[in-house]
Amino acid sequence: MRVVIAEDSVLLQAGLTKLLTDGGFEVVAAVGDADQLLRAVGEHRPDVAVVDVRMPPTHTDEGIRAALVIGRQYPEVAVLVLSQYVEERYATDLLSERTSAVGYLLKDRVAQVADFLDALRRVAAGGTALDPEVVAQLLVRRRADPLDRLTPRELQVLQLMAEGRSNNGITEALRVSPSAVEKYVSNIFAKLDLAPTDTDHRRVLAVLTFLRS
Amino acid sequence: MAAGLGGVYREAMSWVENLRDWRPTLHALAGLGVGAVTGALLGGLVLGWLAAIWSLVDGPTGGWELAVFYVVVAAAGPVLLLWGVQGLGALQRARFGAALGVEIPPPGGRDGAWLRPVRAWGAPATWRQLGYHLLAMTVGVAAGALVAACWSGPVLAVAYLAGVWDGGRRPGIGPGLGAVVAAAAALAAAPWVARAVARADEAAARALLGPSRGEELAVRVESLARSRAEIVAATDAERRRIERDLHDGTQRRLVSLAMQLGMARNSLGDAPEPVRQVIEQAHDEATEALAELRQLVRGLHPAVLDDRGLDAALSGIAANAPLPVRLRVDVATRCSPSIEAVAYFVVSEALTNVAKHADAGHAEVTVERAGDRLRIVVSDDGRGGATLDAGTAAAGDGAGTGLRGLAQRAAAVDGTFAVHSPPGGPTTITVELPCGS
Repeated sequence: MRVVIAEDSVLLQAGLTKLLTDGGFEVVAAVGDADQLLRAVGEHRPDVAVVDVRMPPTHTDEGIRAALVIGRQYPEVAVLVLSQYVEERYATDLLSERTSAVGYLLKDRVAQVADFLDALRRVAAGGTALDPEVVAQLLVRRRADPLDRLTPRELQVLQLMAEGRSNNGITEALRVSPSAVEKYVSNIFAKLDLAPTDTDHRRVLAVLTFLRS
Repeated sequence: MAAGLGGVYREAMSWVENLRDWRPTLHALAGLGVGAVTGALLGGLVLGWLAAIWSLVDGPTGGWELAVFYVVVAAAGPVLLLWGVQGLGALQRARFGAALGVEIPPPGGRDGAWLRPVRAWGAPATWRQLGYHLLAMTVGVAAGALVAACWSGPVLAVAYLAGVWDGGRRPGIGPGLGAVVAAAAALAAAPWVARAVARADEAAARALLGPSRGEELAVRVESLARSRAEIVAATDAERRRIERDLHDGTQRRLVSLAMQLGMARNSLGDAPEPVRQVIEQAHDEATEALAELRQLVRGLHPAVLDDRGLDAALSGIAANAPLPVRLRVDVATRCSPSIEAVAYFVVSEALTNVAKHADAGHAEVTVERAGDRLRIVVSDDGRGGATLDAGTAAAGDGAGTGLRGLAQRAAAVDGTFAVHSPPGGPTTITVELPCGS
């Protein structure tokens, strides 16, 4: 799979390039700011772009804005946004533009190499990867609470769903049986008055819509 | 006896010192000159003005040009007088500065007053200055003359002895001796007289030429408020700088380190067990260090606070607190950046406090804006009993942490702080901040 990297730190750019190359990706371009990123994406049409949030010139949310532009101009290019801090507000912006082939993770996560590569592959394949921290921030915001009706275990499952995990992923993360996960999921959907869906992707959407409402 | 002699000696030396200090004398003599000029100028202006008015009231004689002239003088009189009062005031203040080295600040509220004579004549400062000028051209002139007379005592005495006054007839022994004694006494007293005159003049000038006590306090309060705001802003700037430095420096290096170790861990293959263990442990440590540093920096001044405001920034600390937090923010219009920074700090520090001391199961944060006030309420269901000093004492931290730190930060922007925490809980901390600058 072909990747474009946008990261203004030379150190991390080199590290990411090596990590992705070792992980079987082909890094077609590694750039240092949003303008170069848009040019590189236009030129190379990669499968996925890995984008830092804080980049020159203002070092605020360049990466998020560039990701939104990519979403509009090149919908076939998946985007994984990386940042040293994740913010639910940025996540909301990202998800308002596109709800598939998008990811938003803490940079810390690249240290868990296998997990990170999994998430990148998931996003490149049209899935979603949201940092647990973003999901936690979205949960803090809930007020009148159907969430209170969930058991702690069901809440855990909800968080994992919101991060973009499939049933298999949740089974692995919680070390429970697949049938147990299925039961949790159907309970959650019932308690939150969400229409049950079979595909992972639509399920994530439902959960995120619920959390952001 | 020796002490008496010493006293006399000291007296004599101080007299010599006083003699050497000619500044009060210079001041008094200058006062004599300026007082005379003041009398002539103000007197002339007032007389001219009154004459013009009198002529108008009485019915002007002569051509219409004369009538116009009277009207112009009558209208310009108060303005010229005001300029005279203010100009002479400045001159007098300059005299104090030059002769005595005494700095008398001009009274406040002068801006634009030159162009608005009506308002200036309504200001007490103008009337106080006028009062000083009246003193200067009477008492001031007299005092200046007295000082001059004291110093010139010998000359006057010689002239008297030479019979200058009495048509060449020299005085007798008695009056002559009296004149000599009087001249000596006047000369001896001259430095004291000059100093006394200078002191009295200075007191009058401070009361009449300078700003009033109220004005002085107003200026002082303004400057204190400004310097305090600057300190608050400087603190914010410092936090931003530290956050940026860590973000661009240490954090990146740590991410890189953790990533390298992650790659190493992934490619260990059939490496010997000890190597594997060391790498795995190093990787875990690096990951944890990264998370800890992120938490720490998040409490400083997150970039999202400037970028998207308080509402957006608070999600991060609420989600990262080690206990479940419910967050409700209702701030339609953003407050000023420094208030947002204080509010962010308040919530961050309050939640840290809850986590450290309250032994609570839940916490709730409410931030709402009502008019010009930003109201922050942080409550928990912990064991209560929190006091201003609890955070500091129990945690052993320095100043600026715990509840006292919160109270200080709130007070620094004219905010209020209240803690309600009965033993057994629950605890509620309420902070109100003015939203303005």
